[in-house]
Amino acid sequence: MTALMRKPWIWSFIATALVFLTTILVTGGASMAGLAQATLTFAAFSVIVGIGQMLVITLGPGNIDLSVPATMTLAGTVALKLMGVEDGMVVPGLLVAIGIGVLIGTGNYALIKLLRIPPIIATLSMSFVVQSTAIWTNRGLRIKPPPVLADFTTSTTAGIPNVAIIALILSAIVWVLLQKTVYGRWIAAIGQSIRAARMAGIPIDGVRFVTYVLCAIVASICGYLLASFSGGAALNMGSEYLLMSIAVVVIGGTAVAGGDSNVPGIWGASLFMFLVVSMLNTYGFGAGVRLILTGLIIIAVIMLAGGRTAGKR
Amino acid sequence: MKKIFSPDTIRLIVPALSLTVLLIAVFYLQPRAMSYTGLNLLFNLAVPIALATIAQMLIMTVNDLDLSMGTFVSFVACVTATFLQASPLLGIVILLAAIATYAVIGVLIHLRDLPSIVVTLGMSFVWGGLAVLILPAPGGQAPEWIRAIMTSKPPIMPMAIVASILIAVFSHLLIMRSSFGVVLRGVGGNARSVERAGWSIIRARAAVYALAAFFAILAGIALVGLTTAADANIALRYTLLSIAGVILGGGEFVGGRVSPIGAVIGALTLTLAGSFLSFLRISPDWQIGAQGAILIIVLALRLLLNRFEARRTRR
Repeated sequence: MTALMRKPWIWSFIATALVFLTTILVTGGASMAGLAQATLTFAAFSVIVGIGQMLVITLGPGNIDLSVPATMTLAGTVALKLMGVEDGMVVPGLLVAIGIGVLIGTGNYALIKLLRIPPIIATLSMSFVVQSTAIWTNRGLRIKPPPVLADFTTSTTAGIPNVAIIALILSAIVWVLLQKTVYGRWIAAIGQSIRAARMAGIPIDGVRFVTYVLCAIVASICGYLLASFSGGAALNMGSEYLLMSIAVVVIGGTAVAGGDSNVPGIWGASLFMFLVVSMLNTYGFGAGVRLILTGLIIIAVIMLAGGRTAGKR
Repeated sequence: MKKIFSPDTIRLIVPALSLTVLLIAVFYLQPRAMSYTGLNLLFNLAVPIALATIAQMLIMTVNDLDLSMGTFVSFVACVTATFLQASPLLGIVILLAAIATYAVIGVLIHLRDLPSIVVTLGMSFVWGGLAVLILPAPGGQAPEWIRAIMTSKPPIMPMAIVASILIAVFSHLLIMRSSFGVVLRGVGGNARSVERAGWSIIRARAAVYALAAFFAILAGIALVGLTTAADANIALRYTLLSIAGVILGGGEFVGGRVSPIGAVIGALTLTLAGSFLSFLRISPDWQIGAQGAILIIVLALRLLLNRFEARRTRR
């Protein structure tokens, strides 16, 4: 039990359970299954962008990807346009989305490396360019996803939403990548001390490049799924995921100073963030109060859980 | 060879140069902009952005980052257009409370060693929520006095330029020339050595956050003076604009290396980039993208100049 309590991700799960119970108390347990399913579905999208952002944040101070929302929008828009409501095009659509991710990730790292500008500004400038491209491709049209894909993203398998299963698979892959492969050790090492990592002969540029590309790829996949789930791509569909992707990473117990990542925590934090909003909805609060309470809860969680993880400077 | 420029001056060359080039390009495209009214129109909206950029720069001086800048300026704008207009005393009390809140946040971040990004992220929801509560729909009215200040027409130079110069000079004196500013930059450079020298870091953090809130409040008030009404989402762009402005002006994320004059120039450059693009008649689809491209080009210029400088000093 004490070993469990020492895990940094446990706090987000405890908070999630508490919020879930308080919500159920009001509804009298009537909508428990529905609430659980909705939570899993919406949390899945935050989890997918969150694990990408987590990889980047693990690289150390200053590493962050602000182009996530723009990437999601562009990937969703282009993929849906290409598929043109045809079931046969589902796989090519996914491949194109991934290709867009590779391009944007490469562009991001090229700016960081060649211009030696901080990642926050590099990815910000990149996101402006990407967002413009999305506006230009979209032209205000709302193209529907192919029926197969729309069904798949909105239905469940054995009671669990399909998107949550995909998020689970992706998190499992990233977890293995981080815990069991040399790549995972490398990004942790770079995050802890880039100088020591360089002395140890770790291919720093290669690792950082791959990480930014991976982050952009998962963001693209998320955009592809989200666009299919919500029945079409919208130009602002990624915007709420900018702050969300950072929030779930940090609340989940990943060190903001880098070098220590945490996959289970992302799940806890994503479920928590969605549940907080739905709890406040259940209690019938207006938009203003809801926002204020969300903010205060984020700060409270980081005060409880974050003091330790951010301990090193 | 004797060194001609101090490092601080070199830090300023690129921002100043890019602003000049952009200004020349705008004048070439639209010669009528080369007048009192033209300049005022070009730089009008730069005043609130410059103030917000200085606020962000203060936070960056101590190695933190404020992701709530945009929502906070929106909140202030809402307070200005409602309380400050209808019952000035209550408005002032609310704004003072906001400054105190910022100071408390600074202390909390320091005491618990929290990541500033996350705490200010949480605060951005709080400010946004308060703004929505105050003004659920766009509205309100600007107080007469701020309207009078923002639309006044001083001789020789338009108000926007006068205000920008005042902001730049005042913040330069405060950050670069006062002993208070030296301590602040010291906290960003090496907090431990500042502490050993007998300064209280907690007090420095609280002061820097309160001061940032003060500048952000000025930004919100100035913004309402220009737009005459407010909205809960009026300044959301300011978070990213202010960070970009500081970086464009030669500031850095860590180490207490900032430049107040550069930050104001950075804010002016960002504002001018928008006008430049509309004069070029670029399709609105590409406006944001072209702004990103301008950002990239200026930073590339800075890299070139730094390299050139490094080579010269090595010789």
